[in-house]
Amino acid sequence: MFRRRAFNIESLTVGHTETPGVSRMTVVVETDEYGARRLEAHLHKLVPVRRVENITVAPSIARDLALIKVAATGEARTHVMQLVDVYRARIIDVSPESLVIETTGTEDKIDSLLEVLRPYGVMEMVRTGRVAMARGAGAAEKPAARVTQVAGAHDASAGSV
Amino acid sequence: MSGQENKRTGAEIIWEVLGREGVDVVFGYPGGAIMPAYDAMLKYKIRHVLVRHEQGAAHMADGYARAGGGVGVALATSGPGATNLVTGIATAMMDSIPMVCITGQVSSKVIGSDAFQETDITGVTLPITKHNYLVTRVEDIVPAMRQAFYVARSGRPGPVLVDIAKDAQQATTEFVWDGSPVRMPGYRPEHRAGADQLKSAVDLIDHAERPILFCGHGIIAAGAGELLRELVEKTGIPVAATLLGLGGFPATHPLSLGMMGMHGEAWVNQAIQQADLLIALGMRFDDRVTGNLKTYALTAKKIHVDIDRAELNKNVRVDVAIAKDLRTALVEWLPHVEKRDRSAWLSAIDAMKGDSAVRDIQQLPDDGHLYAAHVINDLWRLTKGDAVVVTDVGQHQMWEAQYYKHDRSRSLITSGGLGTMGFALPAAIGAKVARPDAEVWVVVGDGGFQMTMCELATIAQEKLDVNVAIINNGYLGMVRQWQEFFYDKRYAATPLLGPDFAKLAQAFGITGVAVKKRGEVAGVVEAARRSGHATVIDFQVEQEDSVFPMVPAGADLDKMIRRPSPIVETAAD
Ligand SMILES: Cc1ncc(C[n+]2csc(CCOP(=O)(O)OP(=O)(O)O)c2C)c(N)n1
Ligand SMILES: [Mg+2]
Repeated sequence: MFRRRAFNIESLTVGHTETPGVSRMTVVVETDEYGARRLEAHLHKLVPVRRVENITVAPSIARDLALIKVAATGEARTHVMQLVDVYRARIIDVSPESLVIETTGTEDKIDSLLEVLRPYGVMEMVRTGRVAMARGAGAAEKPAARVTQVAGAHDASAGSV
Repeated sequence: MSGQENKRTGAEIIWEVLGREGVDVVFGYPGGAIMPAYDAMLKYKIRHVLVRHEQGAAHMADGYARAGGGVGVALATSGPGATNLVTGIATAMMDSIPMVCITGQVSSKVIGSDAFQETDITGVTLPITKHNYLVTRVEDIVPAMRQAFYVARSGRPGPVLVDIAKDAQQATTEFVWDGSPVRMPGYRPEHRAGADQLKSAVDLIDHAERPILFCGHGIIAAGAGELLRELVEKTGIPVAATLLGLGGFPATHPLSLGMMGMHGEAWVNQAIQQADLLIALGMRFDDRVTGNLKTYALTAKKIHVDIDRAELNKNVRVDVAIAKDLRTALVEWLPHVEKRDRSAWLSAIDAMKGDSAVRDIQQLPDDGHLYAAHVINDLWRLTKGDAVVVTDVGQHQMWEAQYYKHDRSRSLITSGGLGTMGFALPAAIGAKVARPDAEVWVVVGDGGFQMTMCELATIAQEKLDVNVAIINNGYLGMVRQWQEFFYDKRYAATPLLGPDFAKLAQAFGITGVAVKKRGEVAGVVEAARRSGHATVIDFQVEQEDSVFPMVPAGADLDKMIRRPSPIVETAAD
């Protein structure tokens, strides 16, 4: 549908919800407000889609998770561990040559951690892409059977669904 | 009934469900993966029409649905059988036609292994179906098929495909049918519009000086023709139709303006550009209807009613957008709208008609040429406008829309959105099967006819009284016309050699006649009408005639290329 209607997906995450058999997708799309409204209407039409929410402007929480493998031996290792602390990230695997760091947060925070780690030699990275949820009781009014095709939060100018 | 008696194979269950969904005929073609279903068919009373190409099966199911209003059903095998349905499914999708296609699939154990005749048809048809299902377990056949029918016919209708693995057809299970309403949590075919929308719409209608109602295909699909007529008669607002809306409002009604858009009448497009209110009912502002969007109906406020919310504010931004079934919307409006004197606006439109509307092409002298316009106009007069006309795609399709006046819903069947050549002959077979008592005419070009003419064999085998008027101009005429206008008459790949169509028909055991002179048209048409069986008429018309008026693609709606010669101008209405 996204391709057919000429929308470009920037990030897409899929996972289970509180209701068995129902999954939730967070999709980030670069478009304007008019495009977002059209996209929302087209998503609604897909038979298996239970609910669509555009949370671009709604108060919402968005998180991204990253695993970063950094080359770190000797003194560098101590520096990296300090940076991990500052960023409230965690070290989840240690080997003689490298460390694997886990971090969650906004895209900006992860990007910035990545920047400071780069000089030490980032060997590998994997990121989930954004997951998001509206704040407060907003989305909870239609519980259980309803699913969300949620829209990812995005910088206000871009407009997203 | 004991449990034992309720055991059925998946193949039998397919027919049990079809029967309970009210299906009396399926159009299909057998093959390996659907053979269990075909074998089981012999135990059931549902009629099967054997087609000559699966594309024909899909178009027949489509024509059946358009003519009769029910859900059309096509049946095909896996792989090539299923892929041959694709054009027909896409055609039905674009025109919102309720249709269920059932395809056999290779056994669930080998799905994904590139087995013989395996095609991922649910993947292929994902963007051209309203929804589709892959069924690999016998217990899932009933729910999938019931949902398929429900989805196909509810809300904005559309085609649904159910792909059933061969082993699911062969397996046996308890057949349970409780007839309860289908529950699908994510699917909401109906919407509710608030009372404020009703009030804004009625206010706009009551205050408009120069309003036009647009009759789209939705009027026909919703069965809202009578309500539209009431609205027109109560408000005195004139009606313009889209191609697929023709027949939704009687063409011979004094307030009917005719067709809008690329080949619409000049005065209709001019009136749209001058209107102060457009009330668009069940249409989607296709580019063939609007011309250049930047200059489209700039002086008009717009009300748009459509059952599909995604159509609202899609191409044209409107002032009042109502996502609702048209019957419900019109029933709500009727008590509130007021009668107003609109004679100034109507005479302004009449003035735009000028000369072209008052000349009757029947009165023009016979200059020795056979014009398609005359053939169609004769066909209209001789059938008293009562026939179901099924047209193909090209110049003849536009001439039919201009010169055959459709007064009834479902009396014109044509591929609008996809513009599928080869549609007419098979769709007419479906129409005739749906409405055996109707007089059915095919109006088709020499190009499109050659795409699906194998279905003449289906007509012969089923002994169907479907008459075929081939508008034979020796060209892929509509493309030739564009080459003439926009490519300096460079006729690349448009001159077209056809067979002797009359002899071809005879080879199928069908009456075939050629007509070269205007004076012969009436006699041959009358003979075909009276014969009680199919006749193919090869009307050898003027070769380089063009369809006028014409809004070049992307041009402003009122910047039309006008008719250069009065010989084929529209008859008085
Ligand atoms: C399947 C398909 N292929 C190509 C086209 C493009 N096309 C549109 S009209 C036309 C010419 C149709 O020729 P003919 O059937 O002879 O009708 P005419 O225009 O001459 O009346 C063509 C090739 C199409 N609409 N459908
Ligand atoms: Mg032709």
